[in-house]
Amino acid sequence: MVRFENVGLRYGLGPEILRDLSFQIPAHSFQFLTGPSGAGKTSLLRLLFLSLRPTRGLVKLFGNDVSLLGKDEVGELRKRIGIVLQDFRLLDHMTTYENVALPFRVMGRAESTYRREVIDLLKWVGLGERMDALPPILSGGEKQRAAIARAVIARPSLLLADEPTGNVDPTLGRRLLRLFIELNKSGTAVIIATHDITLMDQYEARRLVLHQGRLHIYE
Amino acid sequence: MNKGGDQRGVLMDLGKERPQVPAKARNVSPIVPRGSIAGRALVAVVAIMTFLASITTGTVLLVRASAAEWQSDVASEITIQVRPVTGRDLDRDVAGVTAAIKAQPGIADVRAFTKAESGKLLEPWLGTGLSLDDLPVPRVIVARIVPGATLDLAALDASIKQVAPSVSVDDHRAWIERMRTMSGATVFAGIGILLLVIIATIISVSFATRGAMAANRPIVEVLHFVGAGDRYIANRFLQHFLRLGLEGGLIGGGAAILAFGFSESIAGWFSGTPVGDQFAALLGTFSLRPSGYLILAVQAVLIAAITALASRRTLFATLDDID
Repeated sequence: MVRFENVGLRYGLGPEILRDLSFQIPAHSFQFLTGPSGAGKTSLLRLLFLSLRPTRGLVKLFGNDVSLLGKDEVGELRKRIGIVLQDFRLLDHMTTYENVALPFRVMGRAESTYRREVIDLLKWVGLGERMDALPPILSGGEKQRAAIARAVIARPSLLLADEPTGNVDPTLGRRLLRLFIELNKSGTAVIIATHDITLMDQYEARRLVLHQGRLHIYE
Repeated sequence: MNKGGDQRGVLMDLGKERPQVPAKARNVSPIVPRGSIAGRALVAVVAIMTFLASITTGTVLLVRASAAEWQSDVASEITIQVRPVTGRDLDRDVAGVTAAIKAQPGIADVRAFTKAESGKLLEPWLGTGLSLDDLPVPRVIVARIVPGATLDLAALDASIKQVAPSVSVDDHRAWIERMRTMSGATVFAGIGILLLVIIATIISVSFATRGAMAANRPIVEVLHFVGAGDRYIANRFLQHFLRLGLEGGLIGGGAAILAFGFSESIAGWFSGTPVGDQFAALLGTFSLRPSGYLILAVQAVLIAAITALASRRTLFATLDDID
């Protein structure tokens, strides 16, 4: 599904922050991406989400060499990827329901075909009572859950999550992890970037550890 | 998106926890909020531009129509001047020339001005109350040409010169040429103003679009995250700009159409004043033909379309930058 070969990344003329990354993300796989702050976890997620292009090396995503992709093709591939960012990126003028339903809306699907699914998922992540609330009045944890729900609602082939349990209590963290596991069981490859050792200890999965720009894989 | 996803069944089983669907949970918010686009300022700019463009076009149409009317009036008559010469009877010369002109084919009507009428023509230059008896005032004969007829001016000139050698014929060709040049210059200036108005509209709309995109950058980024293509995003913004352009075009074009609709009445208020008379001389009755109103309406729609196109072009350029 994803293949990196000798990938390097630098911002401008700065030092290389990711060096010689070579790994594969198989379909239906589950892995944690971890490492100290500043190790390049977010940059690697951005490479996987096609919002950055590598400075060198080969990145293949769903069988496509990303260096050859046009803008429209990038958009099409992104429809197969769900992403949860640390800053949530919810739209403030839309209700929680509307934010979570946004991927379906962009796809042009009729609301009647997904409304039940969106409401079920919101209930599952504990936002059943906050469907009509606007993001500015949601707490940090609620925003995070809404962002996760938006990323998983369309059941993407690949889910990227950057510190998805950073703002929630341990109980809800476990519940969200269960959601990711369920999603993985239904066929989505999941990459969770996290510092949370407790979270990683709760589920036996492959660990990708970034350290000083290099990647170490623990199967 | 993932076509296989729909076949995987529900993502999680809520069992007895399945909630009642709240009535309010629906997509009601626009993806791009209308309030985030500086709409009023843009509507005002487009309305003003459309109004100016419509006034320019309407004025050009009026001048062209008046000029065509003058040209057809002037071209349908010739003026013969009989100058007094010592030793000749001017009245007899005038009668002879009038008869000779009447005998020419293509002449519909001939009218010789009397001495008093000819003298009256000089009043603007010489003033009133002056005795013209002792002055050698030439006499004017006006001949109307049968519509569509081509007059042989050389033959006419030769035949009347045999009657009175001191005559001269003026077919107003020089005047018509000047009128044509003036009307052409007005049209040219009008087109120039229209182009400037359109360019100013495009620049204003481009700035407004860039401003709107900058204000909505977070929305654009999120739409990119959820897989929306540039065309989808641009269309969300374009709907706003097309509506703003149509609103502006409707207000500006409507105001201009009303202005021309009432211009006849407004001109009536100023009739008899020097300014009113000058405008009446230049623009005739101020009344625009029905086809003129149609042109103004089409122009308003065109400016709305230009607004949308300029916005679309800027949208795609800005989306490239954001990505």
